[in-house]
Amino acid sequence: MARRYLPVAAFAGLIVAIQLATFFTGTAYHLTQLTMTAYYSLVTVGLCMLIGYAGQISLGHAGFFAIGGYVTAFLTTCNLKLHPGVLVSVLEKSGLLVARSDAYGGSLLTVHPWPACGVAILLAVVIAYLVGGPVLKLKGHYLAMATLGFGIIVYRMVLGTEFLGSADGISDVPGFPLLSGMLITGNSSARVSNYYLAWGLVILGMVLLLNLIHSRVGRALAAVHGAEDAAGAMGIPTARYKLNTFVLSAVFAALAGVLLTHYNGGIGPSEAGVMKSVRYVAIVAIGGMANLWGALSMSLVLNYLSLRGYFGTYDDAVFGVILILIMLFAPDGLLRRHILSDLKRAVSRNPAEEEAS
Amino acid sequence: MTLLSVRGISKRFGGLQAVSDLSFDVAAGSIKALIGPNGAGKTTIFNLISGFLPPDCGEIVFGGAEIHGMSSCEVAARGMVRTFQHIRLFPKMTVLENIMVGRHIHSRAGFLAGMLNLPFTWGEERRIREKSFEIMELLGIGAHAGTEAISLAYGQQRVVEVGRALACEPKLLLLDEPAAGLNMRETNEMGRLISRIREMGVTVLLVEHDMSLVMKISDEVVVVSYGEKIAEDRPLAIQKNREVIRVYLGDDA
Repeated sequence: MARRYLPVAAFAGLIVAIQLATFFTGTAYHLTQLTMTAYYSLVTVGLCMLIGYAGQISLGHAGFFAIGGYVTAFLTTCNLKLHPGVLVSVLEKSGLLVARSDAYGGSLLTVHPWPACGVAILLAVVIAYLVGGPVLKLKGHYLAMATLGFGIIVYRMVLGTEFLGSADGISDVPGFPLLSGMLITGNSSARVSNYYLAWGLVILGMVLLLNLIHSRVGRALAAVHGAEDAAGAMGIPTARYKLNTFVLSAVFAALAGVLLTHYNGGIGPSEAGVMKSVRYVAIVAIGGMANLWGALSMSLVLNYLSLRGYFGTYDDAVFGVILILIMLFAPDGLLRRHILSDLKRAVSRNPAEEEAS
Repeated sequence: MTLLSVRGISKRFGGLQAVSDLSFDVAAGSIKALIGPNGAGKTTIFNLISGFLPPDCGEIVFGGAEIHGMSSCEVAARGMVRTFQHIRLFPKMTVLENIMVGRHIHSRAGFLAGMLNLPFTWGEERRIREKSFEIMELLGIGAHAGTEAISLAYGQQRVVEVGRALACEPKLLLLDEPAAGLNMRETNEMGRLISRIREMGVTVLLVEHDMSLVMKISDEVVVVSYGEKIAEDRPLAIQKNREVIRVYLGDDA
């Protein structure tokens, strides 16, 4: 139990250390990209659960991220004053709407971010069940292609839908108010609190996933991954477990989409793009597939570098190259969990043992 | 009392009639063997009974309920658990973890309970662990609890697979060639283990090629050839059955 949470505490320490470092070096502006990195990391660790532990690939998770982001962006910016009706007045009376003014002083009546977030997550769950049900019957390349198809559909739909802003996306999304009076927003005055909030959510997500992989369900998922027919013969409902994990990872992606959209104040179709999905998979792969900490640390480093523009115009290409190199030379990821035991074995190996085997 | 009743099941793969109109019963508390030459359809019969394949026609009744058409996982939940001809242990998992998976149907922590690490799961996990250790001690593999299961010697992997099935506390255990790939000493141990499993109150149906093992431990033997039953009797009578001798040794024997 303690062994499970010790790395969590260490990671929390790292997050605090990074913030202190930016504070003392006067580089607090880095926290903006680091906060965005946190939300992308939420997608990555959820996807890591699906790929690494349940053994199912998805090349469409940017689609779930976009569903979350676009739904909340649309609902919190669509001015319902322009569409009066019975439904609007009922919603207004039940307190689900909020009145505010836009950048030009015009008055707006929109859905409050909390119910918008609820709708976004709910829609992601429903779509994940509808898509995952039939698609997860496929294996290997076929599953990869089917999920890729799903991602492309979402991308083309947001690109081609006028009320979702087509190629421009949706902007002027308000901040997301929390109970404590805090606001999820990109304003530089709220930089530090947003940094801690975002990484706090990642840590919470990590605790939930770490608990899961050490539970009865985690064991069953490992069994499904290792030998699906034998898992079925042990009474594990393999299809349902795969589907539940798919939906769980979709919820992580959609929640990240919702919160990052409020943080950035908008969302564009590039967030739904196929290259984003490839990027998430590449990070899970370089982290070592069945390694939540590997996925998280690689996400922290690579997303940060990417968002700071270190990869320049080759941004997407870098992640493609990473995926190819990892598959060729280190299919177990850069941060293999077995490195230590491999070293120990190499050191302790003696000729007599070698002969015996 | 009949635990399993197979009534007129058939299965066709394209042009091959793998199983045709096969019927037999397995009495509760007995050891029954299913034998036949290579390609006779024994493993297909196992797949049909355990829900891995749906039969084209016929009925399978287990513990009083019709189970044909159920999935393998539903069949397992009803208390019929199988092993595989080619060992199917879970890779990257220890012997203990492999056996703990066998406790799946006797525990209930789901996704939410697992993620939230709810208190009721702690006791459940402890009981899963205790029961698994109990089974490992029974089978004499307790010393390997922390070893990756697929790194064990072949004979021990078979024992782990049987242990994993026993962890399900099945009413009926289907063993698909439990002695395949074992040496003579290991085969004898496997025979003793199967007898002990029966003494624990578990009914056993096995497919096996090792005739001396089959004759030694079985109460009854079913012989199949080209998907059809050609004999069903006690081991001694089977050994003298002319038809059985003919399919095994040819017409001139």
